[in-house]
Amino acid sequence: MAECHPVGFQWVMEAKARGATVVHVDPRYTRTSALADVYVPLRPGTDIAFLGGLINHVLNEGKEFREYVVAYTNAATIVADDFRDTEDLDGIFSGFDPERRSYDPSSWQYEGTVAMPAAGHREWWNGAGSETASSGRRPPARDETLTHPRCVFQLLRRHYSRYTPELVERICGVPRQQFLQVAQLLIDNSGPERTSAFAYAMGWTQHTVGVQSIRAASVLQLLLGNVGRPGGGILALRGHASIQGSTDIPTLYDLLPGYLPMRRAHDHQGLDDFVAGASSRTGQWGHMRAYLVSLLKAWWGESATPENEFCFDYLPRVTGDHGTYQTVQGQLDGSVKGYFLAGENPAVGSANGKMQRLGMSNLDWLVVRDLAMIESATWWLDGPEIETGELRTEDIGTEVFFLPAAAHTEKDGSFTNTQRLLQWHHQAVDPPDDARSDLWFYYHLGRIIREKLAGSDDEVDRPVLDLVWDYPTVGDLDEPSAEAVLSEINGWDASGRPLSSFTQLADDGSTACGCWIYCGCYADGVNQTARRKPGAEQSWVAPEWGWAWPANRRLLYNRASADPAGRPWSQRKAYLWWDEDRRAWTGHDVPDCTTTKPPGYQPTEGASGVDALSGTDPFIMQADGKGWLFAPAGLTDGPFPTHYEPQESPVDNLLHTQQRNPVRRVFSRRHNRYHPSGGASGAEVFPYVVSTYRLTEHHTAGGMSRGLPYLSELQPEMFCEVSPELAAERGLEHLGWATIISARTAIEARVVVTSRMASLDVAGRRLHQVGLPYHWGHNGLTTGDSANDILSFVLDPNILIQESKVATCDIRPGRRPRGAALVELVESYQRRAGIGPETGVSNERG
Amino acid sequence: MSAADPALGAGYEDPPTRVGFFTDTSVCIGCKACEVACKEWNGVPAGDLDLLGTSYDNTGGLGADTWRHVAFIEQRRPPGTEAGSGELRWLMSSDVCKHCTRAACLDVCPTGALFRTEFGTVVVQEDVCNGCGYCIPACPYGVIDQRRDDGRAWKCTLCYDRLRDHTEPACAMACPTDSIQFGPLDELRQRAGRRLEHLHDLGVEDARLYGHDEADGVGGAGAFFLLLDRPEVYGLPPDPVVGTGELPRMWAAAGAAALTLVASAVAAFAGGRR
Repeated sequence: MAECHPVGFQWVMEAKARGATVVHVDPRYTRTSALADVYVPLRPGTDIAFLGGLINHVLNEGKEFREYVVAYTNAATIVADDFRDTEDLDGIFSGFDPERRSYDPSSWQYEGTVAMPAAGHREWWNGAGSETASSGRRPPARDETLTHPRCVFQLLRRHYSRYTPELVERICGVPRQQFLQVAQLLIDNSGPERTSAFAYAMGWTQHTVGVQSIRAASVLQLLLGNVGRPGGGILALRGHASIQGSTDIPTLYDLLPGYLPMRRAHDHQGLDDFVAGASSRTGQWGHMRAYLVSLLKAWWGESATPENEFCFDYLPRVTGDHGTYQTVQGQLDGSVKGYFLAGENPAVGSANGKMQRLGMSNLDWLVVRDLAMIESATWWLDGPEIETGELRTEDIGTEVFFLPAAAHTEKDGSFTNTQRLLQWHHQAVDPPDDARSDLWFYYHLGRIIREKLAGSDDEVDRPVLDLVWDYPTVGDLDEPSAEAVLSEINGWDASGRPLSSFTQLADDGSTACGCWIYCGCYADGVNQTARRKPGAEQSWVAPEWGWAWPANRRLLYNRASADPAGRPWSQRKAYLWWDEDRRAWTGHDVPDCTTTKPPGYQPTEGASGVDALSGTDPFIMQADGKGWLFAPAGLTDGPFPTHYEPQESPVDNLLHTQQRNPVRRVFSRRHNRYHPSGGASGAEVFPYVVSTYRLTEHHTAGGMSRGLPYLSELQPEMFCEVSPELAAERGLEHLGWATIISARTAIEARVVVTSRMASLDVAGRRLHQVGLPYHWGHNGLTTGDSANDILSFVLDPNILIQESKVATCDIRPGRRPRGAALVELVESYQRRAGIGPETGVSNERG
Repeated sequence: MSAADPALGAGYEDPPTRVGFFTDTSVCIGCKACEVACKEWNGVPAGDLDLLGTSYDNTGGLGADTWRHVAFIEQRRPPGTEAGSGELRWLMSSDVCKHCTRAACLDVCPTGALFRTEFGTVVVQEDVCNGCGYCIPACPYGVIDQRRDDGRAWKCTLCYDRLRDHTEPACAMACPTDSIQFGPLDELRQRAGRRLEHLHDLGVEDARLYGHDEADGVGGAGAFFLLLDRPEVYGLPPDPVVGTGELPRMWAAAGAAALTLVASAVAAFAGGRR
């Protein structure tokens, strides 16, 4: 966090000054480790084993926050008797289809009812639940003594019973004394009087088990009562500014604004059928129709009428996986012809740079909008494949357009940070030369397209022609007003008055709102996100600094900060409480529940939406209002997080013969071969673990830093970090050169020998790591090979994120070969390791 | 106002409060925002692109083109020592010109390019400096430096222009963890004393202040530090002494020697006539 989020880390330092204990668990000793009270190195890709060990320890010691767990989580819920755990089936859950490499989640359900996922498509569950729906959908069976053998609590206990300190030591390389120290710190700092928070970044997400790592932390935090309470929670530290914003109002292919699911091409549904399939009868998602209709009204205005289902049919539809790695394969296979890159440098920043560049070389056209001339715009001229002869400039047909972009200081707009806080920034200077803001680009692109289509009577053009596209522009550059966009996102009623809360949204077309969770950010016609009232002039929750979604709530699920009766768990951690005199929730924050719903409220038969949740159900996005220790729905790879080895690992899975996540996405292609793992023949050719990471001095793929002299001089060259032991083993010299080799390619880097790079004792062997910052490419002031070039495409099955935080490699002294000799070197390694199309594709060991 | 305010000694009548830096290295996260902010504000030229291999420090030290420098020290302290448990330790510290109470650079400057400001800081006037370089060996910390293609001497101005606009120096403003604190020197010294006491209470025995003492060899620094190890570990001289402090005694000794010489010569002549 200090390394990649130094500005945010000031709050950790402030907490430390006020007595907080900071524990840092990371394969690499970073600037964060230097300031932490306890530093714990662990093997990359073993986070679930570590967190599972903590879960097991908490349960064994009886240190769960029992009253919180019983009341607010699904610990007491009984799971259907056809569920089988990984502990029963040697590493897979019930419902696995080996042919399709996917799970049928029907056996993961609660007994006697159907629970629906908190986000995404819910058709399957709605379909499966049709019978129980017709019979009135009773609440799931519960055993609040937590002793029923099929209650979630007992299943959880059983699932993690083998995650002992000894096993954690063998899998993660964390000595058991150190593990127990962390466990004790966490237990001592949780409960009614205290809370602990987790902060994570790509070290948890960029894995084939990325989502399950976060799930494991969620399970642990729920057990300890650290969710929905001040000082608790799990903070996703994002990779860029406003990545939270780019999922809220998504750049993701499968979501509409506010986490509404995108339509699918094969579903020929009308609005009502879509909502019936995608919403949830109970909980906040019970109101989805109002959110969707208001979105359609924001986009198509007067054209959206009840008669035409508010232009529902105009929505684009997805035909399958359109994630970035699938798109690159589409380029290679010829099905993707054009590509827009906006502030993205996949030739450096995405896994397997060669696949990225070869994909782009197969396009008809490519548009790159960036601050600097990045590698993704120049690979056709001087990229690594030009050097090796794998590509020849004169053979590449891709027409490349480079359009300079304005930086955030050169335009108005908002950032949304990890705690859902929208903060407005004002333009400081005009963009230089031809550089323009993204808003300018897309507004005028849309305007010109609409002008070209004007008068068309082709039905396919109606969605574009009927769009409300009337943002006011200002100044010499005709810059669209960013505040006008924010105002549309906030929404208005039929008379054009700004809305102040999503509870005002209606499903009859009388309200328009561009993103329901952002409704209220422009309440009273005032840009609430631009508020900058100093902390000293308001309460410690600081509700008047910026604006947080939803409804300016600073802490989600804050109903859980009070006990079931509505009293604070402790005075020290008081945050929200029920005021019996006023018959309302009150406290330091906006209540994340119906303000007038008393703690003793029980829903009436047939209640829907949030009215169907009781007064002790804090997790309002879930259909059952509970925090999910066990996820009966919503995940593609199992209801409990389970330790699997990474796609490429030097060791066998000590828990199961199931080596890897059985439903991870693999793409074995000529330029994307995988290494053998563990005890399999050939694995010894790639004996080291490699991880990629960032340095404070540079920004991601370098487009914003490698061209700046003041930053470039601070980290002036691509380097690799190795331990003194590994340096001795391979003859690597400090400040000399090394070549790092995978089955994808080989790169070179200067060697930095440092004790900060730990060598670990794992599964009875000494394991060395190679650390690679991934900032470099061949443009800019400071240049070097790209670390991501040696990685493969292999993805988490839930959100299709690549496993770029762990792989295996070889390292040897000296610079890499040039030209065709580089390709020959990589092929010689593939031959030595016996790598073929099937290597690493199966799920079992090897 | 401290009795030792050098602005008074420099002839300012009723100068503003002496200001300075307190750099608390125990909360430095090594982000180098100070280095970059300093260069941005002061228009300091970029340095070379050299991978130095000294941990994450690729700047090397203070110089004509580096007025703030973050040192990175990787240590593995032997188990059993007072503060050591065999664990790795990574010390980070942002160094800067000390703005000495008795500043040798200023004393030796023949042109008056180096001067004492009303805030008690020491600044080079770039349009007066003639590049003689006398100040460079005079500085006991090796801070001030000549720019290669220019010849003139350059160093931290403690953002003199910003001080005159009642704004804190760029490095202190950019520091995310308040490792670099700017303010009235007396206040900073008190704050540093309390911080040191707190760290000692926490068992950080090796924590110490550096440059805070008015009785030290430079009369106390205007920019002082809280260190977690001996100054030498950070590349700081353990006992800096302002060389020009000895000048009066040296002149006196030289004068006495000259008088003796004269007396001897006179005596010799006088004796010769005998």
